[in-house]
Amino acid sequence: MDVRAQISMVFHLDKCIGCHTCSIACKNIWTDRKGAEYMWWNNVETKPGTGYPTKWEDQDIYKGGWEKQNGSIELKGAGRKKGLLNIFHNPNLPVIDDYYEPFTYRYLDLIESPASDDQPTARPVSLITGKPIDIKMGPNWDDDLSGTPDYARKDPNMQGLSAAEQEAMFQLERMAFFYLPRICNHCLNPACVASCPSGAIYKRGEDGVVLINQQVCRAWRMCVTACPYKKSYYNWHTGKSEKCILCYPRLESGYAPACMHSCVGRIRYLGVILYDADRIEAAASSETESLVDSQLNMLLDPFDPQVIQAAKENGVPDSTIKAAQYSPTYKFVKKWGMALPLHPEFRTLPMLFYVPPLLPVMASLSNQDLEQGEKMDPIAKFWKDDWLYDTSTEGLWGTIDQARFPLKYMANLFSAGDEEKVKLVLKKLMAVRIHRRDVTVGDIPREKVQQALSEAGLDAETAEEVYQLTSLAKFDERFVIPPAHREQAIEMLEFTGDTKGSVGFGFKEKPQRGL
Amino acid sequence: MDAFFNALNNFFLIGLPYIALFVFLIGSVWRYTSTRFKYSSLSSQFLEGRQLFWGSVPFHMGILFLFFGHLTAFLIPRGVLLWNNHPARLIVLEVTAFIFGIAVLAGLANLIYRRLTNPRVAVVTSRMDYAILSLLLLQVVTGLWVAYSFRWGSSWFASVLTPYLWSVFALQPDITAVSALPWVVKLHIVGAYLTVLLIPFSRLVHFLVVPLDYIWRPYQQVVWYWQRKEVRRSGTPWSLKRPLNN
Repeated sequence: MDVRAQISMVFHLDKCIGCHTCSIACKNIWTDRKGAEYMWWNNVETKPGTGYPTKWEDQDIYKGGWEKQNGSIELKGAGRKKGLLNIFHNPNLPVIDDYYEPFTYRYLDLIESPASDDQPTARPVSLITGKPIDIKMGPNWDDDLSGTPDYARKDPNMQGLSAAEQEAMFQLERMAFFYLPRICNHCLNPACVASCPSGAIYKRGEDGVVLINQQVCRAWRMCVTACPYKKSYYNWHTGKSEKCILCYPRLESGYAPACMHSCVGRIRYLGVILYDADRIEAAASSETESLVDSQLNMLLDPFDPQVIQAAKENGVPDSTIKAAQYSPTYKFVKKWGMALPLHPEFRTLPMLFYVPPLLPVMASLSNQDLEQGEKMDPIAKFWKDDWLYDTSTEGLWGTIDQARFPLKYMANLFSAGDEEKVKLVLKKLMAVRIHRRDVTVGDIPREKVQQALSEAGLDAETAEEVYQLTSLAKFDERFVIPPAHREQAIEMLEFTGDTKGSVGFGFKEKPQRGL
Repeated sequence: MDAFFNALNNFFLIGLPYIALFVFLIGSVWRYTSTRFKYSSLSSQFLEGRQLFWGSVPFHMGILFLFFGHLTAFLIPRGVLLWNNHPARLIVLEVTAFIFGIAVLAGLANLIYRRLTNPRVAVVTSRMDYAILSLLLLQVVTGLWVAYSFRWGSSWFASVLTPYLWSVFALQPDITAVSALPWVVKLHIVGAYLTVLLIPFSRLVHFLVVPLDYIWRPYQQVVWYWQRKEVRRSGTPWSLKRPLNN
């Protein structure tokens, strides 16, 4: 057992309001530079939609991630053979137009243009060439455009949905969408690291953050292809690739990453998860159906004495083990089993997990709106009794099965197509709501509450815990950041005796006696 | 007049190679150690991908073949001469090399055309890029010219140029034979020296860091900023030697 610590994230999609505050916080700190204008290390997508860069999930186009080959796995579009053979021209590299051409407006024209009969306008200009352009794309160009033919219908996750299901999803009355905020997943089996010919990309051992050494990167640009989430970006100005650094300077000083700190909906959780590094290869190369399970099996219980012992032997500090025990992400992912990785079929073992949204499933009408209800599509759930929520568990899970959002779609996103996994998580989310309605309103028969909880694999106590962490958790509960122990790290870098007595306030050179 | 040509020959065939080698060696060390952030192949594929294919691929394939061809003639001239003993083999070698030369020319022409016409690529083009492109164009044009007009290059390179180059490396430059070569050949030689000279100051540095170690390194890389196991072990002695990851 090779126990290592990984800083992992959970995004609770039910709470995301799609405000893009995270993206702006990140942009202002990290990517507001020449060559990086088009990069959004954090971006928020409307689902269903094509995303950013366009159709990034379609690996037939971009050849990202790993694929299974005779029992083991190999990079799909990069790696030793393909990477070095295609080094002069990478056929699978997205170009700037797949993202968007960055632009600004000539605002000064509004003020300084000479008097005339027409209103002055601020023309958009390209941030690459400086010449006027017609804006064709933006990072969130399909924001809220769930039903549109150009975006939602071209969503790669529609695969496996019947034509009728797809059609039903896009009817105006049934149209639903949710937001998918994305950052680098800081994977356990990162394809970007594996694809880098010059070895510039690495995973930090202490916390698992994946970084690109800007001094070693030589613009072989294979990481852009290899990352199936397209979260490694090529800076066309500096000729170096860049990616989300999980705000490690902030993490090391005990602050949450900027995107998480600024999250208005408080959807983001961050904490340490201990995992067994010996099982990475086996987990990444397991069968598609068992990918999620084998990834979750790698994650270790931080309370298990054996795990603690092995972690200590491996040099994981006590403070990190303690942080793992308080980790909100461990609870969501492992303890409650309510969070799933995004596209596990890419086999990179992403360590950013999502609580899938229940919201579109819950949307329904009560019999107060009988007239409206009759106009609805028969598949749409319509409650005929007096309850706002259908309290029979049969009806309850029935709602999930006949969700306005087909389970298959969710499963394509979060569980490599396994509908049962998504269904279980949605049941848990629903059971917690039923439990809370029972606590606060008390209009649901007790046995039905019990039934709902037990069928979802929860008890009242756990449901209460889930509710607390979902709705009421404060900053320190949402972000449990292990100390970076710089005081010990510095001792590895220099012997304190070397500098003892040689520096003081106000001195940059040694305060030595002059000549 | 003879004195003037002698001086020119001495400068370009004796002085220049030493200047070029000296600047290349010192410059490469300086470039690698001091300006590592600027050390990159500066790919522009992200801004324009399709035209690049018809430029970059033939250019690189051709230049690789020609580079190793020149290198072979420099390292094992006897082997080349032996190979050329048989006329059929000589023709095969010359024709293949000429085809690769044409590939370089075509690729380079595409690359230059792309640099000049694509407004996005123009933004990321420096004056050094134009200098390098012009120099390479000069090299490939003179190279093809020499190969076509003064046959058979592969043989007289091995018997005339290799001894000269060896003499330069042996610090006893002997230019008697080379001075008698046609001026096009000399232009090609001077262009080669200038290219070597400019390597450390241009994007050509990427050829010094060809990522061959990728073939044998493990795919995944984990970097530990400080060896926690060592810190925890009370028996670890203090060392004044700084760890590698400092």
